[in-house]
Amino acid sequence: MSLIKANGLSKTYLRGAEEIKAVDGIDLEVSSGEFVAFVGASGSGKTTLLHLLGCLDDPTGGTLTVMDRTVFANGKAMPERELTKIRRQVFGYIFQKFYLIPTLTVKENILLPFAFHRNPGVLHNVLDVARQLGLEKRLSHLPKEISGGEMQRVAIARALINEPKIILADEPTGNLDSKRSVEIADILADLNQNRGITIILVTHNHDLAQRAGRIIELSDGRIVSPDDHNV
Amino acid sequence: MPSISAIAYKNLKRKRLRSFLTLLGISLSTWVLISLLGFNQGYERSLSTDIDNLGFQVLLTAKGCPYEAATLMMQGGAGLRYMPESVLDSLATQPEVQKLTPMLMQAVFDPTIGDTGAIAAFTGVDPATFPSMRTYLEFAEGAWFTNPTAMEAVIGYEAAELEQRQVGDLILVPDKNVELKVVGILKRSGTQDDGTIFVPYKALQQVFGVQGKLTSVGIKVHKNTDINAFEEKLYSLQDVQVVSMAQVKSTISSLVTTAKVMVMSIAIIAILIAMVGVMNTILMSVLERYQEIGIMKSMGASAGHIFRLIWSETVILCLLGGIVGALLALGLATLTESLIRYILPFSPKGSLILIDFPLVLRSIGIIMGIGLVSGIYPAYRASRIKPIEAIRSSEGEL
Repeated sequence: MSLIKANGLSKTYLRGAEEIKAVDGIDLEVSSGEFVAFVGASGSGKTTLLHLLGCLDDPTGGTLTVMDRTVFANGKAMPERELTKIRRQVFGYIFQKFYLIPTLTVKENILLPFAFHRNPGVLHNVLDVARQLGLEKRLSHLPKEISGGEMQRVAIARALINEPKIILADEPTGNLDSKRSVEIADILADLNQNRGITIILVTHNHDLAQRAGRIIELSDGRIVSPDDHNV
Repeated sequence: MPSISAIAYKNLKRKRLRSFLTLLGISLSTWVLISLLGFNQGYERSLSTDIDNLGFQVLLTAKGCPYEAATLMMQGGAGLRYMPESVLDSLATQPEVQKLTPMLMQAVFDPTIGDTGAIAAFTGVDPATFPSMRTYLEFAEGAWFTNPTAMEAVIGYEAAELEQRQVGDLILVPDKNVELKVVGILKRSGTQDDGTIFVPYKALQQVFGVQGKLTSVGIKVHKNTDINAFEEKLYSLQDVQVVSMAQVKSTISSLVTTAKVMVMSIAIIAILIAMVGVMNTILMSVLERYQEIGIMKSMGASAGHIFRLIWSETVILCLLGGIVGALLALGLATLTESLIRYILPFSPKGSLILIDFPLVLRSIGIIMGIGLVSGIYPAYRASRIKPIEAIRSSEGEL
């Protein structure tokens, strides 16, 4: 089943008078349960593509469909209210810089998505998720009291708490040492293989990319090397 | 599960000093607002009580300036004109009149008061009618005069305290070489009577050589009397000035209104400054949390959620500031009253600042209302933040 479908997807910026094509007419389909890695040099457009697929940014051309709902077509994006719903229901985001709220405890950070959409039923989930990620003893700590690896695991827990169909991860190991990077790679691979969560990530980390079922190399906003291989 | 208000509260704790200073600004504004509104209603009430305590609704004086008559009633007066005592007979025939009480004010310079001397005022009253009009007057010691012409005095609480008088003491009337025997000391009444020396008016006429003359007559009218029509009727008497208590209230109120408008303007400016502080604090907080807000939006927070989050911070600041300001106003009411009495020495007796629960609620409501308005812009700015802009501002990659 196709979760994301992009046709001729483009994103163009103006830098002064110069037009920059960050994403240039990409055709891509991501199916349920896939683990896709975008690789490429800095400025190749992989992060922009991830943001477009995750409905965080508006394309400037092409079409984009997420779970059969048209997010962008004919130069027009879906209303912000609908985009908000898709972000909440479909995606879980993990960023390089974790972006934890420093004033909230680990538990509150994990439950942050539900501050805006109350769902008392998820309270028991938080312990399960925390246990899976080895955070059960850290729930009452503030972000400044835990390590970088733990921070990223909190960010993963936060992305998982609303049971997303797709996890989008932008350089999830970019701020971590090699040992912690392996930990995070293991977690993502486990989520994909054992829980069937679709994962799309951007990375410069060769080992992490190798965990993916499909590695897509980008250059100048275009796909240059779609490489299907099995993990 | 964190609530939006819990996130807002925790964020305010992040920059404690800034939040504290903003809170302080709101608290001080609320204090000023409640104190001034309390002064407005306390002053009106004290003035009304003072005038109602006079026991009569209409005062007849010899023709002259009506403000002089007002001063006479509130604080005593000197240099007044006289009317003949026979006016009492004319008034007694009026069907509207329920009770009459003649009065004679006299004042004389007493060099023995204080370091430089002061005016000693005597109020001549009729022992037959005056006590029944001032039913609230009670004696700490002694009683009213033994007869209508006795050379006796009844002294108000403060006057007795000031001059250390007791029943049986003799008071010398300066220049007149007459001594008045103190027969009664009044309890504190909270009115101008506390500073008054009462003497039988006939005795006072004799002491000052103004036999057959009065300075004023207090008139209590029957219920449902048309006071305006009665006033008009009284003007048929020669050389009299009629002052109704309602008129006195409105005259004094209008004299004080200008001062009240001025202080209210200052209060409004103080509130506006505090609110600019609130706006600045919240706006700074929004700009500092640009990425955080963007991330929240990426997790499904709508513009409305972010608006509520930021607005909640304003609500918390204004609510806490309002409550602290109200406590300050209640706790420091005595100090504020002393300050107002210093600025306005000729103010009514009784409590000048009346702070009640509805006033506190209304004031906190005003502060909250203005605070919420000042929180709209920062909340709107925050709600417009696009997740991608916030993320891109830190990732630095296209």
